[in-house]
Formats: sequence, structure tokens, C-alpha cells
Amino acid sequence: MKNFEELSTKICACEEALNSKLDGSNGKRAILLCGGTGCISSNSLEIKDKFQQMIDEKEMNDKVTVNIVGCFGFCSQGPFVKIYPEDTLYRLVQLEDVEEIFEKDIIGGEIVERLLYVDPATQEKVVKQEDINFYKKQKRIALHGCGVINPENIDEAMGKGAFVGLKRALSMTQQEVLDEILASGLRGRGGGGFPAGRKWSFAYATEADQKYVVCNGDEGDPGAFMDRSILEGNPFAVIEGMMIAGYAIGASEGYFYVRAEYPIAVNRLKNAIKQMNEAGVLGENIMGSGFSFQAHIRLGAGAFVCGEETALLNSIEGKRGMPRPRPPFPAVKGLWGKPTIVNNVETLACVPYILREGSAEFAACGTENSKGTKVFALGGKVNNVGLVEVPMGTTLRELIYDIGGGIPNGKEFKAIQTGGPSGGCLTAAHLDEPIDFDNLVAKGSMMGSGGAIVMDEDNCMVDVAKFYMEFICDESCGKCSPCRIGTKRMLEILTRITEGNGTMQDLEELEELGQAVQANSLCALGQTAANPIISTLRNFRDEYIAHIVDKKCPAKICKNLMRYAIVQDNCFGCGMCAKMCPADAIARTDYVAPGKKLASFQIDPAKCLKCGACIETCKFSAIEKQ
Amino acid sequence: MEHISEAAAAKIAEICDRYANEKTPLMMILSDIQNEYGYIPLDVQQIVSEKTGISVAEIYGVVTFYSFFSLEPKGKYVIGCCLGTACYVKGAQQIIDKFSELIGIGPGETSEDGLFTIDALRCIGACGIAPAVTINGKVYPKLTVDMVEPIVDEYRALGGAN
Repeated sequence: MKNFEELSTKICACEEALNSKLDGSNGKRAILLCGGTGCISSNSLEIKDKFQQMIDEKEMNDKVTVNIVGCFGFCSQGPFVKIYPEDTLYRLVQLEDVEEIFEKDIIGGEIVERLLYVDPATQEKVVKQEDINFYKKQKRIALHGCGVINPENIDEAMGKGAFVGLKRALSMTQQEVLDEILASGLRGRGGGGFPAGRKWSFAYATEADQKYVVCNGDEGDPGAFMDRSILEGNPFAVIEGMMIAGYAIGASEGYFYVRAEYPIAVNRLKNAIKQMNEAGVLGENIMGSGFSFQAHIRLGAGAFVCGEETALLNSIEGKRGMPRPRPPFPAVKGLWGKPTIVNNVETLACVPYILREGSAEFAACGTENSKGTKVFALGGKVNNVGLVEVPMGTTLRELIYDIGGGIPNGKEFKAIQTGGPSGGCLTAAHLDEPIDFDNLVAKGSMMGSGGAIVMDEDNCMVDVAKFYMEFICDESCGKCSPCRIGTKRMLEILTRITEGNGTMQDLEELEELGQAVQANSLCALGQTAANPIISTLRNFRDEYIAHIVDKKCPAKICKNLMRYAIVQDNCFGCGMCAKMCPADAIARTDYVAPGKKLASFQIDPAKCLKCGACIETCKFSAIEKQ
Repeated sequence: MEHISEAAAAKIAEICDRYANEKTPLMMILSDIQNEYGYIPLDVQQIVSEKTGISVAEIYGVVTFYSFFSLEPKGKYVIGCCLGTACYVKGAQQIIDKFSELIGIGPGETSEDGLFTIDALRCIGACGIAPAVTINGKVYPKLTVDMVEPIVDEYRALGGAN
């Protein structure tokens, strides 16, 4: 495409094609399959091939199409098959189910009831995606197009609004684009929540012969996968967002820094860049506007600290990924010493929407200081695991119970961890708090990149704090001593407590150390390293005290503080546990329980390895953790 | 130190040449070598140094900084156990312990027959199917401890350590 007119014509044609595909007016039915990492590992690509094979066999290529789309978000129910124009959603589809779906639904026009989603509360079967509770409170801005378009096809992206925002931006002045982003209230989705428009304005104001836009796709927070899903589901939107940023600040080069652990995302991104170059949307003098832009991809190599923007820039420059002291900020002196803005994937994915629909539309949802939506990776002990995008201001209760469907197996909700290793744990007392950047910080956690891990009564909060500290200790780059040494000392104390050797003095030292590391570390990794400890100490101090004073782990997770025991009155004396025990720790006693014929067994705690083999073997639930 | 064959040396030089036009190509060169050979020993770093003019000390610094780069060869089957939060709270520790027990090596180690390496991975972003394990890129979803042994047996049967 050489000019805007051609682009407009093309977009119209693509919109029509996509609409007629989805509403069936092209005379065909469309089968869409989730092609996200989760569903692909559950064989969605093989399922797609099987559908194609059946279409070929029945010579129905003029009546049915099949293709993959991005993540549907409801990962625990995948793989998904969606059939248009009826909008029927089948879940947990296996390769063996393809034939039945094809014969019954595609040929017979009859719904395969057994593959429909069943609402756990009402036990009713749900046919359409929009009627499932998981989706009802969601609003898709960053995930626009995910689950609808084929992420490997630029025409489908254009059918869903791609490049309309870019076209508008290129018809505005740079300052007007900056003003639009400022007016939208968009804040960085990568963690800190810094206003994107202000960051851009700094880079715009800095004079230089070359500037750069960097997209931070080094999504390292354990439990977060929204950036991966956006890149997998609609890479075109992220590139478009990057280009708009580039135009606004005066940059002609952009770099994607993506984790090497995300091969599917990287390939779709590569493919999208190639197709956009071929279409003339990327490259020199784009559509005659005079604006030139090129996008490049760089892969991470497994270092969490590279998610920190200055460490990321060092990594692109081929160095050890260690953070740089700030100031100077990257917007003044960044990649190769040039003004650079670093924005997270989700932030850039919101940009085309803002330019297409207008900043007012974006700012129409959200709270006073946090506009728009936020994507969360909801995981852990929650019924509906997956990716959800909700307006800022949604409460934790809505997130966990309405969307997440509550806690599995009738267990009690204990905590939700947000913000990954930099965030903290919130408790049942916080359930009605609205989620936004500032409120989460005020309550002792943070938004972070959007991981939201739900924990139930079986999770030990001291163990969780130790888990995060091990992570941070491993990933601390070692450049500054508060982080390098402080995190190690905190981990030692936590280990001591979980092994039953802690003292009350340790709690004070943890708090003191935490504050020292927070105040003195060079980058956010160290500055936030103590958050999981500080928040669990604040909200679950009694659990720490139980470990220290009573030498008990209330959740029965910490091995040293837990023992297996046989409830002798329940023991039938069958001896299966003694046979399974690898340590010969179980022996018969003289005691015969009332109503039993054989003498019961007991466990010698000195020999017991706490492997749990006995508890799995016992058919009479006579063994318990204490 | 192992001796590098002429063919390998030529291949490494070719990898360096791929990025001749890049301003700072070191990460890309090292990634390609890691993918091609599975590790980046010192004499390979020497060749990269000669080709790029970057000192071996700096290259060594970069290789040892990132967990994807390895100085030692890895096993034929690299078992990556995700220990991200979502997997961890769903019992990933027990899964990796089971792999360790069955193969007889700890995380980060390679079995003597060169067949297996066990790696503890930070979140692979497959939280919806936790706990997850990848073996040479193939993802195994929603594992339980009982499922570990058949998987190990399957790869043992494939065998063929180099």
C-alpha cells in the first residue's frame, strides 16, 4: 500500500471479509481454535490439522474453514474450539472428539452437548462464550482481537481495526499524539505505573539524531503470562503501538526484547513484522507520510533482572544485564546513549485503541488515577485459571469469585498475591478493595505486571515468602551489595524459621533488613525484594509466630515442622503403609483398636523421611499430617 | 580443554558473520551458538573474540551471566521443570523432586550417560496448565507425580545419547 487511501480501502475490504466470516454471510462456517501456548501443549494444532483433514476428505473446503486464533484466556478449560456463525464454544476438546464435532455439528447442525462448558454453580450447559461468567465482567482493550483474528494473518488484523490508529496518528502532529496519550491517562502496565504520555514527552523533548522505542517483553514475573498472550494473539497491535510511540517521539527504530522462553510469541512477531513490511505499513516513508520505521527483535537469555529497563538496554547492547544508575533516565540517555522509551507489551497494545477510539473512550473506564483496563493472569488455587482483562477498579472479590469462580475443592480463600516477587499478599480483609495502581500499593502490594496467584488454606505464607526470596536471591545480578547480600541474609533467616530454628528476634531483623534493602538498592528488583516478606509479616504474623514459638506449620507445608502419624483407632492393621515405607519407619504395635481384628501400626518420627508414601497408600484415611 | 574441529570453527565464524552489520551482536551470536551446540566452552569464546574484537573476559562475563548460556554440554533431553509461582503452589516442587529421584541427578545437573539434564525454570508462562514441564521444547501440561515415571521411561526408551 502506497498511501492512506489504499490503506482505507484495504481496511474496509478486510473488515467486510472478517465480518462475513464470523456472521456466516460468506456462506461458510468457520472453526476457530485457540493457538496459545497452553492449548498448543494440549494438542490444539493437531486438532486443527484433523479438522482440515476431515474438510479435505469430505470435500467441504467451500463450506468450512478452520484456523487458529490467539488465546481465549480461559486456559484451564482448553483446548477450545469455537464455531461461527452460531458462536458455539466447545471446551476441553481432545483429538478423539474431532470426528464427533464434525459429523454432528458441522454436517448435522446439532450441538455436541457433552463438550459444552458447564456452569459449576447452576450445572447448566452454556453454549456461547459471552454467557460464561468468566467472560461477563471482562472488557478487552489490550487483548483486542485476541481469540478472534488469526495472529498470523495481517488481513484479519486489519479486519479488526489494525492500523486505523496508526493512520490517525500519522495525520496528527507529534505533540497532538502526545496530548492524546496524556489525556487517556495511560500508565505503564509493566509494574511501576508511570504515565506513558509523560515518559514519551521526555523523549520527545530531548534533541538527538536518533531515538529508539523499546518494547519490554521480558515478562519474568513468575505467574504472569499476559504479555506472551498478547504477542501470540495480536502481534500487529503491539507493533502498531510501537510505531505510534516512535512517531510521537521522533524515533525510526524499535526493538522488541522478548524472552527466549516464548518461541511461539517470537515467531508470530517475526511473521507480523514481515507481513507489515510487505504491505508497506512498516519501512521507509510509510504510505507516503514521510515517516519511516523499522522493528527488530532481540531475545532474552534467561535473566529476570532484564525486565528492569536499564538492565534490558544493557542486554540489547550485548552486555551483562545489569541495571544502570539513574539519572540519566533512558528517555534522555538510553539505548546506545540515545533517547529511548521502554514500554511494556500491554502498554503498547493499548495505544492503537486510544488512537482509534479516542482518549476519552479509553479513559471512560477505570478509576480516577488508573484509566482503562488491566490484564491479569489469574492462577493458583482458583477454579477458572486464565487470562482476564477487567476495567481498573474491579474488586478483588469480583476477580476471584465472579470471574475466577472461587476456590476449588471447597477450601478457604487465604490470600491473593499480586505483583510477583515485587508485590505482596492481600487477604480476605481486602476482598472488596478496588484494583488500581495506587490502591494496591496503599494496601501493601502492587500491580506489577499483573500476575494474580490465589492461595488457599493449604499454602504456608512463610513458605511463600521464602519461595519469592529464593527467586530474588537467584536473580539478583550482584551489582549492588544491599540486594546481593541483603536478600541472601533474608533467605537464611526465612529458611531458619521454616526449619523450626527461628527466634522472635529474627522477625525484627527481617523487618530491619527489608527496609535497608528497600532503601539502598540500585534498581527496582532490590527496592521491592522485601515486599513479599513485609506484606506476609503484616498480614500473617501469626503464621510466623506459629513456626517460631509453637514449632508448627499451620498449613502443614514446612517439612521440618510437620510429622505423619497413624490414628490408631482408624487403623485396620493391613500393613500396606509399612510395606510402602522406604525408610522402614512404620511398625506394628500391640494395640488392637475397638472393632478391628489386627493390631495397629505406628510411625517412628526419628526414621520418617516425610515422603508421604504411606498417606497415599492407606485406604482407610488412618494417616494424617500433624 | 576439548579440541574444536575445523568444521565447527568455520561454523562459529559463519555465525559471527551473520551479525557483521549489527552494532552490538554478542547476545545474538551466543544465542545461535548455544542453540547450535548446546554449550559455549572457552575455546569457542576465543574464536568469537577473534572474530568480533570483544575480549574473552567480556564474553565470559556475558556467558556466565545468563542462565540460557552454558559452559558445559547439556543432556540429550533437557527437562525443564517450571517452578513459577502458579506451578509452585500446585506442587511443582514434588514434580521436580520425582524427576531427580528417578534420574538420580539434581536440578542443573546432567546424567552421566548424557541422556538427561534437569533444569529448574522460572515461569514459562503456561500458568493455565500448571504444573508444567518442558522436554526439549514439548510442553507437558498439568502433571502429577504419578505421570513422571512413564515420561522418563518414554525418553529412556528413545535413548540414543550422543
